[in-house]
Amino acid sequence: MALQDKYKELIDTANASGVTNLQVAETDGVLHIDGEAPSGAIKDKLWDLYGKIDPNFKAGDLIMNVDVAAAAAGTKATVTTESTDLNIRKGPGTDQPIVGKAGHLSTVTLISKTNDQWWLVKTDAGVEGYAYAQYITPKA
Amino acid sequence: MKRKPLQWAALVLSTMILSIALSSCGVKDSTIQEKITEAAKNTPELSNITSTVKDGVVTLTGEVKDDAAKAASEAAIKAIKGVKSVENNITVTPPPPPPPATPVVSAVDEALGKGVTDATKDFPSVKAAVKDGVITLTGEIKKSSLPKLMQTLNSLKPTKIDNQLTVK
Repeated sequence: MALQDKYKELIDTANASGVTNLQVAETDGVLHIDGEAPSGAIKDKLWDLYGKIDPNFKAGDLIMNVDVAAAAAGTKATVTTESTDLNIRKGPGTDQPIVGKAGHLSTVTLISKTNDQWWLVKTDAGVEGYAYAQYITPKA
Repeated sequence: MKRKPLQWAALVLSTMILSIALSSCGVKDSTIQEKITEAAKNTPELSNITSTVKDGVVTLTGEVKDDAAKAASEAAIKAIKGVKSVENNITVTPPPPPPPATPVVSAVDEALGKGVTDATKDFPSVKAAVKDGVITLTGEIKKSSLPKLMQTLNSLKPTKIDNQLTVK
């Protein structure tokens, strides 16, 4: 219960922000918070709070897996890499061969979400393949 | 017939010896069998051993895993009152070789490890290890990159993240 107290503000905010399927469970000294955030902004807000309660995420007592509700297939997304081109791969994994590139800040079309890490996308150049979800931001 | 004192002494002595011998003979086989059953409760080596008793001679049969257990079984039986001798027919069967060692990397760790490899690919200064569902991070990272890495690692559903990163 101590952990739920420690992260009370985070849990309360998640509830108040319309996070759905919210699940809070403590196992072996680690609090697991799962849920689906209505938007990327809410997810960012929760992560800001997490970083405030546990600076630099050093405590190792919280696993927060709050996903942003999957964007519908056909949605356009921006390649939000730091500066480089995004690899488009044959399969969902960095061990998969690269079949193409999507330029930094270019637009790709989302085809389907494989898992929390990988999206099947189509680039402007018409290359279809898997892109790492961290580097693509669905357009509102 | 008049006996000499020495003869008397010999007679008394032999009577005593005879009576001792008779008393030990006097323990019934069924009593010995009961004692064996009782001893088996406290002697794990005897658990798989079958014993038969005839005229105070105990015959042991069965299988044990090593010579030590065989000797221990015999010793336990010999200690029972009334047992004249032990016919030890116990066979020693070495236990089957242990099953092949389970792979060090569990299926969960393998899947998690793959996800971690993908997530840390763009952070060459970060080293990540996965064991029993726990991700251990070492090395260094820019403060601005840390939330992004942590979000991705959290979405892999690890049991725990042990963050030992030096944040610059």
